[in-house]
Amino acid sequence: MEMEVKEIQRENTATQLLTIVGAVNDAMKMLLESDESVMILGEDIGKNGGVFRATEGLQEKFGTDRVVDTPLSEAGIIGTSIGLAVNGFKPIAEIQFLGFIYPAYEQIMTHVSRLRMRTMGHYTVPMVIRAPYGAGIRSPEIHSDSTESLFTHMPGIKVVCPSTPYDAKGLLIAAMEDPDPVLMLEPMKSYRAKREEVPVGKYTVEIGKGKRVREGTDVTLIAWGAMMPIVEKAAQQSEKKGISCDIIDLRTLYPIDREIIAESVQKTGRAVIVHEAHLTGGLGNDIISIINDTSFLYLRAPIERVTGFDVPVPFFALEEDFLPTPARVLESIEKAVHF
Amino acid sequence: METQFPIKRIIDDEGNVVDASYCEQLHGELAKELYYHMKRIRAFDRKAISLQRQGRLGTYAPMEGQEASQVGSALALGQDDWMFPTYRDHGAKLTFGAPMVETYLYWNGRAEGCVPPVGKNIFPPAVPIATQLPHAAGAAWAEMRKGTRNAAIAYFGDGATSEGDFHEGLNFASVLKAPVLFFNQNNRYAISVPIEKQMNSETIAQKAVAYGMPGVRIDGNDCFSVYFEAKKALEDARNGRGPTLIEAVTWRTGAHTTADDPSKYRPEDQGKEIVDPLVRLERFMKKNSCWDEAWIVEIEALIKAEVETAVEEMESYPKANVEDLFDHVFAKMPTQLAEQKESYLAHLKRG
Repeated sequence: MEMEVKEIQRENTATQLLTIVGAVNDAMKMLLESDESVMILGEDIGKNGGVFRATEGLQEKFGTDRVVDTPLSEAGIIGTSIGLAVNGFKPIAEIQFLGFIYPAYEQIMTHVSRLRMRTMGHYTVPMVIRAPYGAGIRSPEIHSDSTESLFTHMPGIKVVCPSTPYDAKGLLIAAMEDPDPVLMLEPMKSYRAKREEVPVGKYTVEIGKGKRVREGTDVTLIAWGAMMPIVEKAAQQSEKKGISCDIIDLRTLYPIDREIIAESVQKTGRAVIVHEAHLTGGLGNDIISIINDTSFLYLRAPIERVTGFDVPVPFFALEEDFLPTPARVLESIEKAVHF
Repeated sequence: METQFPIKRIIDDEGNVVDASYCEQLHGELAKELYYHMKRIRAFDRKAISLQRQGRLGTYAPMEGQEASQVGSALALGQDDWMFPTYRDHGAKLTFGAPMVETYLYWNGRAEGCVPPVGKNIFPPAVPIATQLPHAAGAAWAEMRKGTRNAAIAYFGDGATSEGDFHEGLNFASVLKAPVLFFNQNNRYAISVPIEKQMNSETIAQKAVAYGMPGVRIDGNDCFSVYFEAKKALEDARNGRGPTLIEAVTWRTGAHTTADDPSKYRPEDQGKEIVDPLVRLERFMKKNSCWDEAWIVEIEALIKAEVETAVEEMESYPKANVEDLFDHVFAKMPTQLAEQKESYLAHLKRG
């Protein structure tokens, strides 16, 4: 896979040039190395190294007991992971595509997320579920869903969604170290889109913290995962029109970093939220509520949303029409600024 | 298939031993232990129904008629084994060591009822049907990876065999050779739907063939058969021979829950011929000189006192703490949840 690592020394810190998928692989390698109780379960993740090669080389290095090719059975993967997790192991369960997670939804909703509550903390489920999500790579149908709000609505589980190799590794390690279940959504469109220098060894990115990726004064753009390159492009185009964008990469979708949203919106007075998930019931609504709760009197324009439409994610011939584009984001930015 | 999976029994309805190979193992001590536990869970069960009728307990799922299945299987377990019950298996839970007070508390809407006793691996009762089967496979797999000889038992009913998780649990366990006993209580009704509308198979045990695991069909009202077959399956599991599916054919005497009326869906005379599992054991004990009237009087008094004390304790249990609504969702409460809690507590304070 594209993981030939070029180790360099920068400010006395060893780093390696990695893609998102490479960083995910590196994080799992660290976790398997440092904690005997960590196991990886999934379909085609062992010998084949995963359909995206996220687990490449791991079974070879850590053995078939710890990196397990399971039967093709999402509820089985999550259900047995629950049994492993309550009995001393820390499973990382890979769901091949987020669009395939629905058979396991019952296990996640009725057990993973509420076992701690049901037993008043006696049984807990320290597991990570990883799932590639999103459209834009001409996948067959059902492979391109972006249904994060089905999980952010679910009490008892955290949801993270990195957009960079650095965050992917740091969030995955943080997720496994978290005593509670964490769902990590991995933007498959960005899996190999760019490489960046990622520290060698273990580090974490705090769950629940967003990141400002561009400083600006006129409008706040809020996005995550595969929508980050879209909003960044829109911001560049806005700049040419004299509009300065403040960009927030949420990184964690539950619990959302309300402070970073409030701070930015109170500065700009305007917000454009961008997500590829459907509009109705989408996470944008929660973000609007956060702005309403924290920054209502600072607003100078209605909050804009640029999202996927209320239609099933289409066959790929039309997926670019479903997905938010820089042009659509730019329109909303201008609408907010010129309100 | 019924001929390939005949119902195995050790004693018949009259309490006669019909499988002579067990004669030496059917000693009085075992009979008394089984009888005591069956009597005890029946007392618990009847009291629960009565409390519910008086408005002193929430909706309750009775298990009368299934005592032999629940007690026989639970007594076959080792101390460190894992139990994955459903909402009708409180008899098995009580026999394995769940406290009676907490078991009543569960039926009174209290999370305390899901907290297992110290040193016992009892999972909270599965409410979504069959979802506990993959959990049992996972917990047993963990025991295998730790190199112990511990096993897991997963309880489930006939309706559960129609769920996807039944397949996923059995398939995982058989592929992994995980030490699991899949213990089915076929009481012939899933709420109102009879077994013949549930499946086109003649038996549940035969489904084991598809997973390459042993399938055993037993008389679930014969406590000896349940006990010895469960022991054997658990022993196989401990010795690396993988999971077993046991179908214990039994009968739910009463309703699905206290909110259910079986006269709507069960013919009035159906099940009338079925001999009560306690009566059956009593007949055996009388025929084998281990029926001791004085002992019966003694355990009846003991059980009555235990149930009464448990009910008293349940009813005088400290009121549910409103903070528990928020405190057990995450190890560390997220800020937004902490604010919801604070705001609600402040609201309550304002009266």
